[in-house]
Amino acid sequence: MTPLPILKLVFAALVILFLLGPLIAVLPLSLTDSVFLNYPIPGYSTRWFRELVTADSWRLSIVNSLLIGAGTTTLATLLGTLAALGLRGRRASLVFSTLRTVFLLPMVVPAVVLGVGMQLMFSRYGLTNTYLGVIIAHTVVAVPFVLVNVSSALQGVDVRLEQAAASLGAAPATVLFAVTLPIALPGIISGALFAFATSLDEVVLTLFVAGPNQRTLARQMFATIRENISPAIVSAAAVFIVGTIVLSLAMLAVRRRLA
Amino acid sequence: MQRPALRQRLTAVLLLAPLLAFMLSFFVAPLVTMMKSAVSDPVATEALPRTAAALAGWDRANVPPAPAQSAFAADIRALRNDEQFGDLVRRLNSTQSGFRSLLGKTRRALDGTGAVDLAAIDPRWSETSWWATIADAVASPWTDKNLLAAVDLERNTAGNIAAMPEGASANRLIMIRTFVTAALVTLACILIGLPYAMVAASVEGWRRQILLGAVLLPLWTSLLVRTAAWYIVLQDNGLINAALKGLGLTSTPIPLMFNRLGVIIAMTHVLLPFMVLPIFSVLIAIPRNLMPAAASLGAHPLRAFLHVLLPLSMRGVVSGALLVFMAALGYYITPALIGGANDQMISSVIAYYATAAANWGMAGALGLVLLAMTILLYAVYIRLTAAEERSA
Repeated sequence: MTPLPILKLVFAALVILFLLGPLIAVLPLSLTDSVFLNYPIPGYSTRWFRELVTADSWRLSIVNSLLIGAGTTTLATLLGTLAALGLRGRRASLVFSTLRTVFLLPMVVPAVVLGVGMQLMFSRYGLTNTYLGVIIAHTVVAVPFVLVNVSSALQGVDVRLEQAAASLGAAPATVLFAVTLPIALPGIISGALFAFATSLDEVVLTLFVAGPNQRTLARQMFATIRENISPAIVSAAAVFIVGTIVLSLAMLAVRRRLA
Repeated sequence: MQRPALRQRLTAVLLLAPLLAFMLSFFVAPLVTMMKSAVSDPVATEALPRTAAALAGWDRANVPPAPAQSAFAADIRALRNDEQFGDLVRRLNSTQSGFRSLLGKTRRALDGTGAVDLAAIDPRWSETSWWATIADAVASPWTDKNLLAAVDLERNTAGNIAAMPEGASANRLIMIRTFVTAALVTLACILIGLPYAMVAASVEGWRRQILLGAVLLPLWTSLLVRTAAWYIVLQDNGLINAALKGLGLTSTPIPLMFNRLGVIIAMTHVLLPFMVLPIFSVLIAIPRNLMPAAASLGAHPLRAFLHVLLPLSMRGVVSGALLVFMAALGYYITPALIGGANDQMISSVIAYYATAAANWGMAGALGLVLLAMTILLYAVYIRLTAAEERSA
């Protein structure tokens, strides 16, 4: 039996290297002072981070991502939370479970297919090349994450608490705002964070729907990799990775605090 | 009892209405628009309404009678909009080349009023083939041309479905390539993901946290960041080639990017979590004493593994494989950035038709094929997981 644990250890280490290696390996390159993305790094500087905030194309795309992300988060959280409340406790009903499946479909439908349809339809209503159009497109793919998160949080709400509040004379709206929503808050917050992350990372729909003025950070990174790769992309990636870690820690903290 | 239940139902419907309206307008409607663009062909019908009526009863053996010809002339004269005329020319020219000059000449000659002798404007109007093309185009605002072309078929002159000539279209080749790439990525994910999930399920505490964290962190990282990272690592003077050179294993860089290998490596990395997590969740539900039980009954560890653990983990493997395959089929970003010209999958072709060629019919038809395959796989996945929930 002795060779097996060693084999296990080696295999697990190799897979972890495959999963995390590329992400960690490129990070130091964000501090290079050359224009090439090669090791060894000739010298260190923060010029590519400065490029992110000074170059118009990067600055505009960061601002756009934050604007569109905020719009998407608001819209998706609102629509998704309402729908999750409506679907609550109705898994047995065929109509409601079909609705739920339809609401989750945007996670499955290939983005390119949806993008083609959105471009065709949005151009008829003047929504292409507008911020509203991009926010709507991102919301379609972000809503399922809100729905899943809020639904599972609502499942954890003890119905007896709500019954107790109602029996003490609380109106349905009071029960909702004083009991149900506060208990489900961690789920709503993590759904909102998922929605923001989805919007931040969305490229394909943005390619089809957005104009040059709505170029997002992800879209800008796509263009940079495709056209002329520069170390600025690694700086952007470093910002993304640090942002991811901060967001997940925030989420853990929220869960721990409210759980 | 009846009234509160009804009221609750009404509340639920009201809560669901905003999202339902939103999804119908911005998710279902775009998909329907795309499907319609695949099968609709309204240009000729809209531009030539009188011709459509006049040619409905045409026998196709002889040149259409004078009333039909003057109906056509009247339609052309009524086309004041240059854009519509251009669309009509493109539509007819795509079926029979020569319409561009024929229609241009005819329109100039008809610029004015008075009697019409089309054959005098151009002798081609006394040939039936040109009229037949127009008759086909105005016969219906719907077409199966794009759908057939999506699988390399066409209608021959007799109107029967036939294979396109060799080399005329590469859609079937691209579909096979998409399937093969998606299958290879799925296979790679199983080969890495199944043992990894087993290792993760066999340890506890911080070891398990690390193993799962290594899967979750990439999942949480931006797709663009991961693709950029692979781009940098795989390039000719990237880390892997530098390491291989440093070890003296190769003197010239091995091409790892802009080819199939790079696409499969990067896509496996992106989709591996979707394999590991379902298998892991199945494995931790298996009672821990099952393997010792098999051993106590005298089974060799390998035999216990093959007959106990592997069959039990199959459910997770199947759901993981469906998820990975489904996602890989419609993948766009990674092949577009890491793949070469010969590794483009069906998504890239759809994007090309939609953005570069402005051929919405073909974009819609290929999109419809991809959508149908994805929904089919998703339906299988739903059935499997629903059956699991019932049996659990």
